[in-house]
Amino acid sequence: MTSIASTEGGGLGRRLQESLAAAALTLVLCVPIILFRTDSDQNTGQLQLIWRPILVAVFVVIAFVGRFLLLTAAAAPKLEKAAVVAKPRSAAASQALNLGGLAFLLLFPPVTVALLGGGGALKWIDSYGIQILIYVMLGWGLNIVVGLAGLLDLGYVAFYAVGAYSYTLLATTFHLSFWICLPIAGILAATWGMILGFPVLRLRGDYLAIVTLAFGEIIRTVLVNWTDFSGGGAGISSIPKITFFGLVFADRPGGFDDFFGLEYAPIHSKLFLYYVILGLALLTSFVTIRLRRLPIGRAWEALREDEIACRSLGVNTTNTKLTAFALGAFFGGLAGSFFAVRQGFISPESFTFNESATILAIVVLGGMGSQIGVALAAVFLIGGFELLRELDLVHWLWFDSEIIASVVILILLGLLTRRWLLWAAIIVVADAAIILVQDKVFADQLAALWPGFYSYKLDIDPTQYRGLLFGLAMVVMMVVRPRGFVSTRAPSIFLKERKSVSGDLVKEGHG
Amino acid sequence: MANFLQQLINGITLGSIYGLIAIGYSMVYGIIGMINFAHGDVFMLSAFIALIVFLFLTKILGLGFLPVAFIVVLIFGMVLTAVWNWTIERLAYRPLRGSFRLAPLISAIGMSTFLSNFVQVAQGPRNKPVPPMFTQILQFGEPGHEVTLQYRQIVIVLITALLLIGFWWLVQKTNLGRAQRATEQDQKMASLMGVDVDRTISITFIIGAALAAVAGALYMLYYGVVNFADGFLPGVKAFTAAVLGGIGSLPGAVLGGLMIGLIEVMWAAYFSSDYKDVAAFSILAITLIFMPSGILGRPEIEKV
Repeated sequence: MTSIASTEGGGLGRRLQESLAAAALTLVLCVPIILFRTDSDQNTGQLQLIWRPILVAVFVVIAFVGRFLLLTAAAAPKLEKAAVVAKPRSAAASQALNLGGLAFLLLFPPVTVALLGGGGALKWIDSYGIQILIYVMLGWGLNIVVGLAGLLDLGYVAFYAVGAYSYTLLATTFHLSFWICLPIAGILAATWGMILGFPVLRLRGDYLAIVTLAFGEIIRTVLVNWTDFSGGGAGISSIPKITFFGLVFADRPGGFDDFFGLEYAPIHSKLFLYYVILGLALLTSFVTIRLRRLPIGRAWEALREDEIACRSLGVNTTNTKLTAFALGAFFGGLAGSFFAVRQGFISPESFTFNESATILAIVVLGGMGSQIGVALAAVFLIGGFELLRELDLVHWLWFDSEIIASVVILILLGLLTRRWLLWAAIIVVADAAIILVQDKVFADQLAALWPGFYSYKLDIDPTQYRGLLFGLAMVVMMVVRPRGFVSTRAPSIFLKERKSVSGDLVKEGHG
Repeated sequence: MANFLQQLINGITLGSIYGLIAIGYSMVYGIIGMINFAHGDVFMLSAFIALIVFLFLTKILGLGFLPVAFIVVLIFGMVLTAVWNWTIERLAYRPLRGSFRLAPLISAIGMSTFLSNFVQVAQGPRNKPVPPMFTQILQFGEPGHEVTLQYRQIVIVLITALLLIGFWWLVQKTNLGRAQRATEQDQKMASLMGVDVDRTISITFIIGAALAAVAGALYMLYYGVVNFADGFLPGVKAFTAAVLGGIGSLPGAVLGGLMIGLIEVMWAAYFSSDYKDVAAFSILAITLIFMPSGILGRPEIEKV
């Protein structure tokens, strides 16, 4: 909310005045939509209004205190701005970082199995490891389109869907194996990318965004309605599972475990799936990194920075965009067919616009064009929200050790943005708000004082807030740090020595 | 023939609503060159505001006379939605002026996700049925081939027409409109001539929101049900309308809205209602590819 202030900081009176204004504004914003909740009457089915003044009061107080703290933080003497040219990360250090990350990814499953046993590790490898890696791969795939070539694709999920349905239909109709279908699915997705891209890529960037969005919705509507082809809204189930070079993962003679003389355990197929998606994700990253050094990759990045300059220098912009688009679609298709083989069931529900927005959020928050950043963002967003499902953990983090959680978050955000006071203010306010609305002891005390309290309280189910937080994070990120978490750029060509350049220095043209 | 007339009436009604939303897209695009992706969700929010104000008036205050209640709903909806959109512009778009090209669009996408989820959390995910209003109908034509004209369709078209006249007057005849048109042509030049560009842009968002708020109230009246996810499809269709009419052109937005409304209704009536959204999306793609400046738009001039 830093932007409301025309003059940053100011005297105490002025700060109070501005905070009051923010509180008044919040009051007006909250009046209909938060003050009254519409609910169907159980007997008549007609809508009723339930009124929640406490909640509005909480929001108004948050706005007042938050605004005041923000202004105070802004008024505090500023530290010297972080050097614009990032500390050059030495090649050795950066290589060590990459190798460390790779080793972690490779060792993650065996270590979890060793620590938790086969049954306990299942969840961590399946809903964390594999799930996150799928999004890492999608993020890297979309990164080629958005991060490198600077084309905003809002329908990336369409290619994901093409990949998933290609594998499913080929495997159920022609009984082809996953490994044969995988490249076919990728090629089909890339073909769709070219069919769509050819007419569309001549358009300006924001028109392209809308057309890709439309394409994503068209594909989904067709999948829902063309029942003979895609099974319609009910989807397709019993998709053939993945095999280990022809050996099925099942508890029967001739299966994988029987062949190697192992005892049957469901974890084996998950381990295999984990390494498959890891391999696919690394392939995406590897191809991207190598392509960045080729003329085509340089053309992508040049195009992102200034389209007009590119055209003047004789770069064929349509073809350059088309390759980025098709390659992104190709990897989306691969990820899609992996998704189908892992899930065993697909339906158009998995390919909504929300999914595209999630992948885009990963790329944007990670820092467009940065491989590590995108991977970290996927871990934070997807892993974070998987963690939120574990209500016990959330409860422990916030209510039994709220201070620890707050300090950890403060350190993370502070290190990343170097605006300690600002984040401290935000976190204190957020904590206060959470305690006010959610803390059981406080709520009980309040309910004892005033019996009607519970009917005014928000029911907090963390998973409901997923979309809310995604949206908010995208806006805040654009306002505070438009280049993402990891905003340094390693040039692919350099004179004498390699210098990482802060993203703030890279100016994008208005091509 | 009767069927065609009937569909024509339905299409014009739906098209009026799209036209009102489309103006918001078109004005914002005209003035700052940004696709306000969150506009559809502002429309959805306004439908909820209208619903709540309406319920408040009829259930809590016990106001029985519907036309008065509906006018009060319109006024409150316009004011409150305008405050929302003003705040959104202040927080999410203004700091990004001068940032890189895609930043405002990404911010708007985030805002759109935020708004629909916000309403879902605050009001619950279920459909909200509204008691039917203005239920009388007019029928004409010979028996067996009647054409039905609902009172609410008349209300919708009338209110839209009145608003458009008022809006046209605002843009063409007042200082405010002149400042707005000047900013649209050249921001830097306008500010040199003493136009407060920031204020003008804020007012553009306010006007867009007020029109969307009317569309939201009319949508609630017409369909009798609102849902938190209702912003997306009408939003995209209204954007299609703005593009089809020529983005940046205000008569174009209205014309495009009417065309999209008619196409959608006719498609559903004569082909299949399953694919009516595909029809709207395909028109969007085809227009952008073959006629990017739309029917009434000016061709884009690229300045280096």
